[in-house]
Amino acid sequence: MTGPAATRFPHRHLLGIEGLTAGEISLVLDLADGYVEHNRKPVVKESLLHGRTVMNLFFENSTRTRTSFELAGKRLGADVINMSVDASSVKKGETLIDTAATLNAMHVDALVVRHSESGAVKLLSDKVNCSVINAGDGNHEHPTQALLDALAIRRRLGRLEGLIVAICGDILHSRVARSNIHLLNAMGARVRVVGPPTLVPSAIERLGCEVHHTMLSGLKDADVVMMLRLQNERMSGQYVPSTREYFYFYGLEYEKLEVAKPDAVIMHPGPMNRGVEIDSEVADDLKRSMILDQVELGVAVRMAVLDILTRDRRGAN
Amino acid sequence: MTRVAYTNARLLDPATGLDAPGALLTDGTRIADLGPGLFQDGVPEGIEVVDLGGQCLAPGLVDMRVMVAEPGNEQKETIKSVSRAAAAGGVTSIVCLPNTTPVRDDVSGLEFLARRAREVKLVKVYAYASATRGAQGSEITEMGLLSRAGAVAFTDGTRAIESAKVMRRALSYAKGFGKLIIQHPEEPSLASGGMMNAGEIATRLGLTGIPREAEIIMIERDLRLVELSGGRLHFAHVTTSESVEIIRRAKARGLAVTCDTAPHYVALTETDVGEYRTFAKVSPPLRGEMDRRAVVEGLADGTIDAIASDHIPQDQDHKRVPFGQAEFGVIGLETLLPLTLELAHKRKLSLLQALACVTCKPADILELPAGRLAKGASADLLVFDPEVPWTVDPAAFKSKSKNSPFEDRPVQGRPLRTVVDGRTVWQAEG
Repeated sequence: MTGPAATRFPHRHLLGIEGLTAGEISLVLDLADGYVEHNRKPVVKESLLHGRTVMNLFFENSTRTRTSFELAGKRLGADVINMSVDASSVKKGETLIDTAATLNAMHVDALVVRHSESGAVKLLSDKVNCSVINAGDGNHEHPTQALLDALAIRRRLGRLEGLIVAICGDILHSRVARSNIHLLNAMGARVRVVGPPTLVPSAIERLGCEVHHTMLSGLKDADVVMMLRLQNERMSGQYVPSTREYFYFYGLEYEKLEVAKPDAVIMHPGPMNRGVEIDSEVADDLKRSMILDQVELGVAVRMAVLDILTRDRRGAN
Repeated sequence: MTRVAYTNARLLDPATGLDAPGALLTDGTRIADLGPGLFQDGVPEGIEVVDLGGQCLAPGLVDMRVMVAEPGNEQKETIKSVSRAAAAGGVTSIVCLPNTTPVRDDVSGLEFLARRAREVKLVKVYAYASATRGAQGSEITEMGLLSRAGAVAFTDGTRAIESAKVMRRALSYAKGFGKLIIQHPEEPSLASGGMMNAGEIATRLGLTGIPREAEIIMIERDLRLVELSGGRLHFAHVTTSESVEIIRRAKARGLAVTCDTAPHYVALTETDVGEYRTFAKVSPPLRGEMDRRAVVEGLADGTIDAIASDHIPQDQDHKRVPFGQAEFGVIGLETLLPLTLELAHKRKLSLLQALACVTCKPADILELPAGRLAKGASADLLVFDPEVPWTVDPAAFKSKSKNSPFEDRPVQGRPLRTVVDGRTVWQAEG
């Protein structure tokens, strides 16, 4: 049993899922559930974060995650500012530490950061005096993605505990996979990773998962199939020989899905490479695919995270 | 000529196994006499007396792996700052890697270093020249002319000599001048893009791993090339249990091979990377506990000949950045003595064994006239207290860069006085 939700979230930042307890994860998910219902109302603007500033600081391109955070901040009434790498001084040689000092002088309430280097968000969080939310750091973690995935599963299947979840594809370069492994383990699910050996990092089983190299064994009796994006530059002989070969052995299509539970659901953090890691027919199957649910729930989860992390500042704890 | 008598000393000479109370007399730049019986009836008139009060007197340390960033990166370390750091660490001879900007691959580079060292005039500064032009790994350097100009051995320093063909030629050509090749044993194609030891911690942190096999493969290959060429090879900083075992067997077969390790491979493991501590980013990477123990074993049975600080100064701009972007390397001159003594304090090595790793053994590998207490030898001396406890504080270091992974580590043993050519170049305060 994973037990009841915690009553408070004792962390200043959300840098990763590793280290969070089941109770703390449930606290975020329960709150996010409420925001899902709220977001479906005709008028969704809240005033919880009125007068507060949320800054999106993206050192790596992203449209969906940044937009999702922007929407989350705005729905809570915050002023949301987007700072992207091209517009910032980083290209002029300013270091992350300089950036932190600059941000401190601007009195931001929450900072949402994405960076291509693992650990960069942690480095920044050590130097700023506001709450920091990791929106993806290198191959390390992407905690809000794992939270929204968990919320989607919980809403569809009613629980996380005891489920068999297969995470498939490029595990090596995936921060989504790492965050999901930590979260699903904390919540009592059984995690498998599935991919060609060249895309499975060494000792990943030590994080709490089974390793499979065929979809047939990896997907057997799975309740949830999470597909990961395979980036183009990794396909031509670097890690896998070709797109064609990859799709043949690891692309998700109905035939491979037959060994999973009959009502198994399909997830993908997006953006999808149709015909590479997932067949269009499966991706668009409204009965099984939760891909659009994930996008919707992403906003609610990020609202919950912004809400929880600003509670101390707002005197709401 | 100034004559100085160091009396009431605990004489420690690892080369001869001497460990006895006694005295030592220097005459100008040389050791004139030493021994348990010396000055038993008092010191004659006209000789300056330094009463050591029972403290240890050993040969000054020889550090065979030091990066001096001058020329090219003087903001990290200069010949002056590195000399001051060495003196404060009890190191009387340093051997400098050729990885400067430009790379020290010609006679003028050696002359520049020698001239600056003469101006600074603190410790003895020896130099490696690169084994290949620009340390690019393709064309061998003018090893004959470079040897005449003072190069003590040839190495591409922080870069591995990647091509087997070039390594074979370098070993073979250097043999003609009786010179040693030093390899950074890491197969570059396996290590490229790597940031720390491959395994669970790297996977957890999302950092690209460097497999241990990158080191093991290179050592195995190079040993074959030593046999093929008949050259002499030294492996810098070995870190894995297999490396130690392979070299142990090669030595038993009689191959002309030696190796060293660095204090961080003895005192730290990959867990010290913690949450992306860039001061623990070194090349080769910190390994696991079993490897660390094997390195200690290798030192204890003599498979690993020497300990070198592998002093690589890096300024804030190159370390206070995300882990993947940070440069490799740590400073080590001012922690070399206490971390070497740690092996003796933990009873893994005897005191003389531990000191041999940083005095006569590296001197012998490089054929340097250093690392010994002997009549007629240079008066390069270290007076130290082997027991005194202190806490490492890089802010107090003389090195211009402060990238020590040992900050706040409690250690034991500290230099009290450093003497080079009979002249005291550093003395502890108080």
